[in-house]
Amino acid sequence: MSFFNKIFVGSVLLILGFSTVSLADESAKLVVEGQPMITRVKAPSHMENVDEIRSGWTFRIKETQSLQMDDFENPGMIFVDKGLDLWNKVEGSKNKACASCHDDASEFKGLRTVMPRWNESANALWSLEDHVNNCRTEQMGAEPLKWGAAPMDSLIAVISLQSRGMPMNVKIDGAVAPLWEIGKELFYTRVGQLDMACSNCHEDNYGIMIRADHLSQGQINGFPAYRLKNAKLNSIHARFKGCMKNIRATPYKVGGDEFRALELYVASRGNGLSSEAPSVRN
Amino acid sequence: MINSIKNVIVILFGLLYLQTAHAEIAPSEIIADEYGAVTASLTGVPGDPANGRKVFMNRKQGNCLACHVNSEMSEQTFHGEVGPVLDGVADRWTQAEIRGMIINSKNVFEGTIMPAFYKDSGFTRTLKKFQGKTILKAQQVEDVVAYLLTLKE
Repeated sequence: MSFFNKIFVGSVLLILGFSTVSLADESAKLVVEGQPMITRVKAPSHMENVDEIRSGWTFRIKETQSLQMDDFENPGMIFVDKGLDLWNKVEGSKNKACASCHDDASEFKGLRTVMPRWNESANALWSLEDHVNNCRTEQMGAEPLKWGAAPMDSLIAVISLQSRGMPMNVKIDGAVAPLWEIGKELFYTRVGQLDMACSNCHEDNYGIMIRADHLSQGQINGFPAYRLKNAKLNSIHARFKGCMKNIRATPYKVGGDEFRALELYVASRGNGLSSEAPSVRN
Repeated sequence: MINSIKNVIVILFGLLYLQTAHAEIAPSEIIADEYGAVTASLTGVPGDPANGRKVFMNRKQGNCLACHVNSEMSEQTFHGEVGPVLDGVADRWTQAEIRGMIINSKNVFEGTIMPAFYKDSGFTRTLKKFQGKTILKAQQVEDVVAYLLTLKE
């Protein structure tokens, strides 16, 4: 092949490459309904191998990015509406709805950004799901909701929406410190037949294409997230489960101790990024 | 009578099993040198590059394109970029080295993200349906090796 032929073939490949792979607009700014979101910020000091943390939004293609900028276009908001219906629905032996005690949920502004966190009275690490189910069983006399199922995820979206734009600020010291260590170890432990840890993709290789997918940092500040892939809201634990199955590993139990610890650790890797729920991802 | 027929069948299947077992080198029997290279064929049957090409791109088999650019397959969209570009890989590595990398690249590149394609134990929490199994079968490994040996610049 002559030199010029090589250049020609190279150019064609380049053009093909750029036309088939829709690149993420990595410098784009996320403004949702006029409210700016922090999508890039200096990594929390506990992260040794990453300088800057980035919202998963920054890794998505332009079309996906724009869906999250307008609530009328964000399909996740449909589930927020469904969540509000459930929020107002009277259930259980005490004839109460969430709204009976918590009005329009605005009192939960900021709650999403500090979850998961230690609950003194329960003497356990609580995720938002625990708040919902505790209210249901103790205050409403209703059945608990299943983690990762649509009713739970839509209620979590309602609560999370109150904190949209506020920076994640999960506490990692005190009572939760040992659990945070467990979560960290899980993040770096290889599992499954593909023998990969979260870190192999989401720390060592973020920003790189794995086939048609742009590897992100695996941040959870946008959860519950509406995924175009399954056209519904996805909870944090359900996403962990999906990732584990992809690497042919037996997932830990949704709502179980391991995923709770992992949620704590991964959430803390996003401290400083805006809570975006409900975000839109691929 | 029925019992003796049963016995014959059992013995026949047993022989068949022994034959196939002997024809292939099991993952536990692999002999790699200190750099991870594996000289002996896993099956003794020459690799088929055309089938190797299929295994290479199949998402449920090699799925090699997930992580590697390969210009020989430019008709396929979305080549991953986690691992090195495989153009001219046959100019850079020997057959034994390539075989060793596919069998278990961690013997060649310490700490690599690349899965071991011919290893069936020593994993953690493997999904039940993959337990005790290798990602690729022995002949598929040989076929991919044969295909990669065609990638010259």
